[in-house]
Amino acid sequence: MEELPLYLQSIIAALIIFGAIFAFIGSLGLAKLPDFYMRLHGPTKATTLGLGAMLVGSMVYFSVTKGSLTLHEILITLFLFITAPVSAHILSKSAIRSRIYDSTGMVEEKTRELF
Amino acid sequence: MTSATRTTDVISIRQRVLPQPLFSLVLLAVWLLAQGKLELSTVIGGVILALVLPALTYRFTDTFPKVRRVRPLIQYIVIVMWDILIANLTVARLILGPTRKLKPIFLEVPVKLTNPYAITIFAATISLTPGTVSANLSGDRKTLLVHALTSDDPDAEIQLMKARYEAPLLEVFQ
Amino acid sequence: MILTYAIATAFGIVSAAILLNAYRLFQGPDVLDRVVALDTMNINAIALLLLAGIWWSTDLFFEAALLIAMMGFVGTVGLARFLLRGDLIE
Repeated sequence: MEELPLYLQSIIAALIIFGAIFAFIGSLGLAKLPDFYMRLHGPTKATTLGLGAMLVGSMVYFSVTKGSLTLHEILITLFLFITAPVSAHILSKSAIRSRIYDSTGMVEEKTRELF
Repeated sequence: MTSATRTTDVISIRQRVLPQPLFSLVLLAVWLLAQGKLELSTVIGGVILALVLPALTYRFTDTFPKVRRVRPLIQYIVIVMWDILIANLTVARLILGPTRKLKPIFLEVPVKLTNPYAITIFAATISLTPGTVSANLSGDRKTLLVHALTSDDPDAEIQLMKARYEAPLLEVFQ
Repeated sequence: MILTYAIATAFGIVSAAILLNAYRLFQGPDVLDRVVALDTMNINAIALLLLAGIWWSTDLFFEAALLIAMMGFVGTVGLARFLLRGDLIE
């Protein structure tokens, strides 16, 4: 790792720590919440933003150390923001189809009515 | 007469060479981002791919809705990005808080959008914004089943989603 | 200096997150829970790769991260679809 001016280090450090904490909160939600549909919320939101923040940090770091604008981290960020809702949707769709019930018992009703 | 035929000629040529200009542009951008450097060779390679791939594949894809107005689209993107940030703080707070206080609920959101791509964008937005994940779309594409992590007033929530996300999308695409 | 400590801390936090995913992976109770756990693990693995990239100041890890992101998505959708229909291609 190269030595950078203090303010840049602090910015990158803040972004990385922020991202790591959000990734952790997403995983905590996955481990802690009581039913499948609630568990989906953690990974689709918190984890995605956490990784987004880390990618911005990495982008700043490489832009500064290489001396030229580095943008290819955007690719991963965009890709994740496009794919996370899609996989959440298809996962809950197949959960409804395979009749995994939630704690309120609403899935059963809804699947009969509509889907 | 001649001018009319000429315009149709131009349209058909454009459709053959560049059937999906937006898709081509996105392909070029992704290619350049993946290469990570801006050189003549990578640009030429990217332009060739951006021309050849849509021409080969456009028959197999549905039509992406025409973007009718650009300003609402940009406003929409800004709103959604802001909401994603808020959404994450909300969900983080809910996850860290006591579990038994959560009142998970399924909401049925009536969908006015008709184009499959527009509905996809709507559903993806719902998934990325506060406390809600889109779970299923009914067979007639008229009702979206949305799971909310916690909700005190389901009807207000549905109205908010429709006003904040669907209305601008309707304005952009229809 | 700050950055060194920050990255080390972030390594720790993300590793803890992966352990939580592993808990859900073993605990279940349904196959789909395990799929979600694997998907989240994928994302956390990308985070670790990024941190390693900054730590060693190399962008060699970028391609690996991109590949994991893409394969993870395809894998998740494939598994979910398999569980949805009992078969991948109709």
